[in-house]
Amino acid sequence: MASTIVAFELGGREVEVMVKPMTTLQSALRDQLGFTATKEGCRQGGCGSCTVLVNDEPMLSCLLPVEDVAGQRVTTLESLTPTQGLHPLQQAFLDANAFQCGYCTPGMTMLAQALLDHNPAPDRGDITQALTGNICRCTGYGPIVRAIEVAAQAMHAGEEGQPR
Amino acid sequence: MARLRGTGIAAVNYPTGMNLGGDPSQALIHATTSGSFVVSLSATDLGQGLKTVIGQIAAETLGVEFGEIVIDTADTDTGPHDMGTFASRATHRVGNAVIAAATEARQALLEVAAEELEAAVDDLEGDGHGNLLVKGVPTRSVRIAEIASMAQFKYGRTIAGRGAYMKPKSLVDPETGAMDPDSTEAHACTVAEVEVDTETGVVTVLSIRSAYEVGRQVNPALVQGQIAGGAWMGMSHALYETTAPYYPAVDHSPRDFSEYLMPGPLEMPEIECVVLEMPSSNGPYGVKGIGEMTANSPIPAIANAIYHATGVRFDDLPITPEKILRGLDAKRSGPS
Amino acid sequence: MSPDLNVVGNSVGRSDGIGHVTGRTRYTADRSFPGMLHLKMVRSPLHHARIRGIDLSAAERVPGFVRALTARDVPHNCYTILGLIGVEPEEEFVLAEDRVRFKGEAIVAIVAETEAAALEAVSKVQLDLEELPAVFDVEEALEPGAPIVTHWGNNTFMFEGHPCRRVRLGDVEQAFQQADYIVEGVYNTSPIEHAPLETTGCIAVPEANGRYTVYTNTQALYFSLDNTAIILQVPGSQLHFVGGTVGGGFGGKVDVIVEPIATLAAMKTNRPVRYTYSRAEEMQVSSTRSAWRIYVKDGVTRDGHIIARKVTSYADSGAYSRQTPYALTKHAANAAGPYAIPNVAIDAYCVYTNRQPTSAMRGFGVTMASFALEVQMDKIAEKVGADPWTIRFINAYHDGDMKPHRKLVEDATLIETMQAAATRVGHELPDVFRSMTSAPRDAGHDGGRS
Repeated sequence: MASTIVAFELGGREVEVMVKPMTTLQSALRDQLGFTATKEGCRQGGCGSCTVLVNDEPMLSCLLPVEDVAGQRVTTLESLTPTQGLHPLQQAFLDANAFQCGYCTPGMTMLAQALLDHNPAPDRGDITQALTGNICRCTGYGPIVRAIEVAAQAMHAGEEGQPR
Repeated sequence: MARLRGTGIAAVNYPTGMNLGGDPSQALIHATTSGSFVVSLSATDLGQGLKTVIGQIAAETLGVEFGEIVIDTADTDTGPHDMGTFASRATHRVGNAVIAAATEARQALLEVAAEELEAAVDDLEGDGHGNLLVKGVPTRSVRIAEIASMAQFKYGRTIAGRGAYMKPKSLVDPETGAMDPDSTEAHACTVAEVEVDTETGVVTVLSIRSAYEVGRQVNPALVQGQIAGGAWMGMSHALYETTAPYYPAVDHSPRDFSEYLMPGPLEMPEIECVVLEMPSSNGPYGVKGIGEMTANSPIPAIANAIYHATGVRFDDLPITPEKILRGLDAKRSGPS
Repeated sequence: MSPDLNVVGNSVGRSDGIGHVTGRTRYTADRSFPGMLHLKMVRSPLHHARIRGIDLSAAERVPGFVRALTARDVPHNCYTILGLIGVEPEEEFVLAEDRVRFKGEAIVAIVAETEAAALEAVSKVQLDLEELPAVFDVEEALEPGAPIVTHWGNNTFMFEGHPCRRVRLGDVEQAFQQADYIVEGVYNTSPIEHAPLETTGCIAVPEANGRYTVYTNTQALYFSLDNTAIILQVPGSQLHFVGGTVGGGFGGKVDVIVEPIATLAAMKTNRPVRYTYSRAEEMQVSSTRSAWRIYVKDGVTRDGHIIARKVTSYADSGAYSRQTPYALTKHAANAAGPYAIPNVAIDAYCVYTNRQPTSAMRGFGVTMASFALEVQMDKIAEKVGADPWTIRFINAYHDGDMKPHRKLVEDATLIETMQAAATRVGHELPDVFRSMTSAPRDAGHDGGRS
C-alpha cells in the first residue's frame, strides 16, 4: 500500500513523516523521528510506557495510527524537558527516586503532566486513579505517587509566584 | 458476608553472592588529568542503582567527592570481567573489587604526593574530601586533583589500580550436601495486615511493615526503594501472578498485561520499614545484600494473615479470590 | 551512617537519574542502525512433537525476506548456559533439531527487511509435526512411563549421580520417633513471569574490522558473550558486547537466548540484525520463575522446638533447565530456614516437563522455600499452642550454630530483625525475647553482641 505524508506538531515544531497505513504514532516517533523517550513496552496498550499527550490529553501512542494526529499537537518527554534544568515533575521524580530501571518513567511523567493540567491540586486518590493504566515493575508505585504530590505543590506554588 | 481482618508474620534469611561462589568481579580505576577517577567495570545496572553505590564505594576508598567518580561500565572492550548482576552479588562482589582497585590507585597517588610534599607515604592522610595532608601538619596539604595532574605532566606516572574479588568455589558433598554456599546472610521480618471480603474473595493488603538487617547501607534511599518495590512484588506473587492459573493445566496462559495480573497503585498498602545495620565481615564496608530478598517475607506474611483472618489455610500460590471463595465454602460445608 | 565514612551511608542522588527523568537514558530497544534487519522466530505450536519436515518455500517468496536459519546453520547448536561453570550435560537447542519439547520452542529464525515482512514470512513456514504425549506436572514426570522430555532418558537433572540435590544432617527418622508432634504441609507455587517493562532483546552489528558488536539488555555481559562464542564457535575476541542499562531484569535477562542467533544472522547477512521479544513472547516463551511443589514434615517437641525437618521439593524447570539446577542447590542450602534444627533431610529435584523453560528470578530457589517454611512455622505454632513470634524466637539460629549443610552460622541477625519488627508494629514481646541476641549460645544469654 502507498505511503502518505502526515504532518503534525511535535514539541512546538512542525514535523512530517512518510508512513504506511496503520503506522503507529509510537513507531513514527521512535523509528522515524528518533524520539525514543516514548518507550515501547507491549505495543498492545497494556503497559502505558508509550504515553504521550495529544492536544494535552494522554494517549497510548502504540495504539494510535499516526494519521489520527495529523495537524494535532503532540507532546513527548523530550519537549517537556526545559533547555536548562528540569521540569518540576522531573525534579520531583529525581528527588523521590520514583524509578528504578526508568523504563516506565517517561510514560508516568506524561500521564502525571496530563493529570496536573486538568487538576492542579490532586489528592492521593486522584493520583493513584490516574496512574492505573501504567505499569511499574520496580518501585511499588509509592515513590511515583509521592513525586507527583510534590510536583503538584511545587507547580502550584510556582504559578502563584511564591518561592518553592 | 463480612470483611475479616488478620495479621501474619514471617521471618527470613537471604544469602549474598552466587551460590557456592566461584563468581569473580573485577575493576580497573585510573585518574584523569583533572583528578576525576574512571572506574571501569562490566557489571550491569538493572535499575537498582549499582552505578551509584559503586561510585560511592570508590569515592569513599579514594577519599574524593562522589562527583569525581565516573563509572564506565557494561562494555566488554573496556571493562574487565564480571560474572553478572544476579544473586544479590553485585554490590558485594563489585564493591570489594572496587575497594581493591581504589586502594592500589590511592597508593600510587600517595607515592606522587609524598614526593611532591617531601614526606613519607606513611605520613600522609586524606580528609575524605579530596585533600591529602601531612599528619600533624595541617598547613602542608595538597588537592588530590593537583597530584593527579602532576602525576601525568610533572612525574610521568599513572595513577591507576586493579582489583578483583572472588569467593573461591565450594564443592558440594553429593551425599551429605556439605557446602559453603554464601558469603553472608541478610535477614528480615515482615508483619502483614489484610482484610478478606468473604463475598468477593478479594484480599486487600492493608499494610506491610518490615524490619531488615542488611549489613551496611551504602545508600539508604536506594535500600528503601528495594524494600518498597519488593514488598509490592511479594504481594503480587502472593495474590495475583501466575502464568499457569490452574497448574498443571496449560491453558489460560497469558499473552499480555490484560491477562497477567499485578496489583496497581490503587491496591498498594501502607509500606513501612526499619533497617538495622550490623556490618558483615567480608562485604565492602560491611555490605550484605538487599536486591532480591525484599519480595520474600511479604508472601508468607500475607498467607499467614489470610489464615488469621479466615481460619482457612491457603498453601497454593497465588491466593486468588477464586481460591478464597472455594476455601471458605469448604470450611462452611466440611467438618471443622 | 558511621562517623568515619564520608560517602558510604549517604543517600546521594542516582548517577543515572537525570537520564531516566528526561528520557535520554538509552536502552537497547532505543538503538537503530542503517540497514538493520529484523529477526522473528517460527515457534512450535505444540507442547511436544517430532519434527518431520520444514517447508520454507512460501516464506522465501515473501517480499523483504532475506534468509532463514535452521538448526543446521548453528555451529554448536546444543548447549547449556551453565556449562561456563562446569554444569553438564549440554541440553538446550538454539534451534530445534528433530523434536520440540515445549509450545513456543524456536525452530526457524526468519530474517527480513522489516518486522512486518519477518512476521509474514514466519506465518508462511510450513511445519510437519507429529504430536507426542506431553507431561506437565512435576510428580507425574517422575512416574514410570511418563513421556521423556530430555535427550538422555530421564526427567530429572542429575546431581553427581543423584536425581536430586541432597542435604543430610543427623537422623530425621529417629528424631520423628522422639517428637511429640509431626506437622506436615504441602505447598504449591505458580510459574511467574518476570514482566520487565523492556522486553528481552539485542541488536548484532557487523563492524568494519570483522568483529561483531552486540547491543544487549543482558544482566550478565560476559555470560552472554562467552556462551555466544561457544554456540557460534568463534573466538571471544570477535565479539564485543555492550549493555549497561536494563529496563527491568529480575533474573529473566540472565538467560542467553537472543544474542547467539542474532549474531549468527548478522554474520550470515553482513547486516545489523535486531531480535527483540514481543510482549507475548516475553510471557509465553521466555523463562519464568519455576512452579514449585514443596513437602515439609517437621518433628516438634511439646515446647515447640523443631527437632527434625524433612523437605522434599520439586522445581518444574520446563523443557530445559537453564539456571534451574543452580537454584536447586541454593534451595537445598536454605530449605531448613533460619532456624537451628539438629536433624534435617532435604531432597530437591529439578524436574523436566513440556512446559515453557524456567530460570532465574529474584530470590532464586529461596523465595518459595521461605513461603513454605514460614507458613509451616505458623502451623507448628498452632499445633503446640504457642504464638507465631514465640515459635520463631525459640527456634532461631544463633552465630556458631551448624546449618544442615554444615557451615557454621555467621552474621545471624534474625532475632534482632524480629525484635525490631515487633517494636515497629507495637507488639509487646516477653522479656526473654526482648533480651535475646543472635550471639553464640555459649556466650551467655545476652552476651557477645553489642
